[in-house]
Amino acid sequence: MEILTLPALLKRNTLRFGDKKVAIREKEFGIWQSVTWKSYYENVRDFAFGLHLLGFKREDKLSYAGDNRPEGLFSELAVQCLGGAIVGIYPDSHLDQVEYIINQSDSIFVVAGDQEQADKILDIKEKCPRVLKVIVDDPKGMRRYDDPLLAYFKDIQKSGRKLAEKEPQLFDEMIEKVTPDDVGMINYTSGTTGMPKGSMITQTNMYSVAKAQDTVDEAVDSFEYVSFLPLPWIGEQEFGVYWSLYKAFTVNFPEKVETVRENIREIGPHIMLAPPRIWEMMCSDIQVKIQDAAWIKRLFYKIFSPVGYKMAGFKLERKKPPIGWKFLNLLAYLFLFRALKNYLGLSRLVHVYTGGAPLGQEIFNLFQALGVNIKQAYGMTEQTAASIVHRTDDIRLDTVGQPLPGIEFKVSDTGELLSKGDTIFKGYYKNPEATKEALKDGWFHSGDAALIEDDGHIIIIDRMSDVMKLTDGSKFSPQLIENKLKFSPYIMEAVVVGQERPFIASMISIDMGNVGKWAENNQIPYTTFTDLSQKEEVYDLIAGEVAKTNESLPKVAKINRFVLLYKELDADDDELTRTRKVRRKFVAERYKDLIDALYGDREEFEVEADIRYQDGKGFQMKTVVRVKQVEISE
Amino acid sequence: MQMEDNKQYQLRLEDIHLSFGGIQALNGVTTGVRKGEIFSIIGPNGAGKTCLLNCINRFYHPEKGSVILEGRDISRIKPHKIAALGIARTFQNVELFGHMSVLDNIKLGAHVHLKSGSLSGGIYYGKSRREEIDLRSHIEAKIVDLLEIEHIRKSVVHSLPYGLQKRVELARALAMRPRILLLDEPATGMNLEETEDMARFILDINEEWGVTIVLIEHDMGVVMDISDRICVLDFGQKIAEGKPAEIRHNEQVIKAYLGEEDITYSRLGA
Repeated sequence: MEILTLPALLKRNTLRFGDKKVAIREKEFGIWQSVTWKSYYENVRDFAFGLHLLGFKREDKLSYAGDNRPEGLFSELAVQCLGGAIVGIYPDSHLDQVEYIINQSDSIFVVAGDQEQADKILDIKEKCPRVLKVIVDDPKGMRRYDDPLLAYFKDIQKSGRKLAEKEPQLFDEMIEKVTPDDVGMINYTSGTTGMPKGSMITQTNMYSVAKAQDTVDEAVDSFEYVSFLPLPWIGEQEFGVYWSLYKAFTVNFPEKVETVRENIREIGPHIMLAPPRIWEMMCSDIQVKIQDAAWIKRLFYKIFSPVGYKMAGFKLERKKPPIGWKFLNLLAYLFLFRALKNYLGLSRLVHVYTGGAPLGQEIFNLFQALGVNIKQAYGMTEQTAASIVHRTDDIRLDTVGQPLPGIEFKVSDTGELLSKGDTIFKGYYKNPEATKEALKDGWFHSGDAALIEDDGHIIIIDRMSDVMKLTDGSKFSPQLIENKLKFSPYIMEAVVVGQERPFIASMISIDMGNVGKWAENNQIPYTTFTDLSQKEEVYDLIAGEVAKTNESLPKVAKINRFVLLYKELDADDDELTRTRKVRRKFVAERYKDLIDALYGDREEFEVEADIRYQDGKGFQMKTVVRVKQVEISE
Repeated sequence: MQMEDNKQYQLRLEDIHLSFGGIQALNGVTTGVRKGEIFSIIGPNGAGKTCLLNCINRFYHPEKGSVILEGRDISRIKPHKIAALGIARTFQNVELFGHMSVLDNIKLGAHVHLKSGSLSGGIYYGKSRREEIDLRSHIEAKIVDLLEIEHIRKSVVHSLPYGLQKRVELARALAMRPRILLLDEPATGMNLEETEDMARFILDINEEWGVTIVLIEHDMGVVMDISDRICVLDFGQKIAEGKPAEIRHNEQVIKAYLGEEDITYSRLGA
């Protein structure tokens, strides 16, 4: 029988590798602890049986709220073995979001990673009457809790193990009952607008996306992968769950969120997927650390990094580099790139992607220069993650790549990108209207404006709803401009405005770390983010960066004015999605004063703002914000 | 009565007198700490709180009075032997080895329990090697995990922010596997979040390890929240002792704190 579901893949891998190969590794108590395929299988079985004994049936749902840990995988697979669906909750979600997702998905169990997550669920238990048990993974600090709703992961597994001993055949029978059409996950996308919608992802979807990805970029079972992006994110699901089961490579879980960088360096992964933010951070890290390095290192960087850029240029133009450049590149590798890649934990990478949002061209170039072949991967939750990727030796910076095999693409009359295939989701859970809108005749409507080139490359312009028009009628994509701005190490986020306005302006959030360092080096005293962001000198610094960005923009798309935001954009304030995409409409609403000021004639004005802390406390702050005009050279 | 007290208290202080020159720092303080409780000592600046802790772990030698640990008078025991008896402490100002790593600092705390000598330890072979590995896994599983300092375990201490240094100091005290832990202002100079973390750690240590805790702290929110009993000192004398609710409404305490009722009330968190 052909294997078409994740539970069946788990069983296949267990039969093939048993105790001989490591399936999962997690750093705990300072040591990488291994879980073999056999033990993976047993853990899933015991938890599945435990849930079964508690009354979990086919098509039931379980929510997982916790950090990336092996127990996240055990929960997901256990639920799928029972014919149910897993619902991922981002560990940093607010109470109302958690409540909404648990209730909308009809979850009857919730797995809480630790005390923090358990506290959240217990806080809202009255509002989630369908939840039968809150199953806690790490009981640290919960000795005194006596809520009857609570249960512990290990205890559930213990009760499951007894059943497994009694009926050794039962689990394999269960796995055989899982069909390719079963919904294995309901994935809630934060969405840049409105309440999250739950995409129903079937076993076929998961299996197909792994297979398609592997056809393009083949993985082998000796590969290592580090799972550090939030587990509920569909991209992490594809790489850390579907693909890793499909090709049986090892998934590594970091010790803590704070130790991710260090843990990546220790593992040296072969496959890596990261959103632009991570690549941007690495890029600023390189730039800042080089400035602080000894003179000899700075010298090598100065000499050899242009060699890398030149080589990357040859590669992008698909030209054969002359022998002289090849030799220089070898030197550059020995003296600079090898050490730099090793420092970042990128030396063993074979397949490396950026996804979630477009990556700035300059950052793309930097990593290409290092010899890290970052490929753009485009995808959406509704397409079960990646659907378009660059091929290893066919990278074009203006496109997101070519479709994965098995997925058909076309552009509608209105310019919207449509797709069809085995990875397209089944619909939104309990939302037939939205489903009807998104799926017409089997074509999924992405909401992205796109172009398909003759060679099959696809260019994403922007969200259909985001493309803006100035009063003179010229159109521009704010995202494109924002990405260019964000290449500056001093700029963290940027929001470009100009819809029905005479010119383009921008609200910019500075990178506190790098600007702070710059201020220290230039002996500019500052206290808080607000204070630093409104310094005259910082405005001048950013004006310089904006002017640099303007050079590479067409005349209509140049930024005329900007303000610096007096607080960082934050997902806790609903200004960013959990995957750190700017929620444009919300931000425009919230900072309406600033936008009005950008098109007004005053240079300075006072704002009042409510600041809210994570624990609900808040205060009001007042500050003076400036508007800065950027000189535009013709 | 006297007999009963001896049994009831794990640590007892009897009529402690301590003076520096003409200044009477402690003037006949008698109190006791029960096993497994969180016992806080509060009082205005210069009331003698730290002096009292110093008398317990024998940094100071009281002129009169005795310190009794589990029925045994420890007033004449040498300071370095106090640690071996199971009393550990942290300091008001961080007293770590700044140039050493976090792990090395913590390991030092466990020194009293190591059996191998410096020679066999230096060779790192056989029994002493096993002992070292066991110690490391104990520290990782029990202390680093509890105090959430995984990300800094290899950092050099003086490069860390103050709040984290305080946590490392607590970790070092824990490595001694104490039965009684003396904490001298563990939350001083911390922001709200760090203070809340620290309070949670103290509770965890108390609950999960069963360690008796003697706490000096100025943050009344923390003291009132986590203490089982509170002892109030003023000018070297005990003026009150009891449960947080009793202390909060004790008139003498309110007077001792600034003398003004309304201000004190807010400071006591009432």
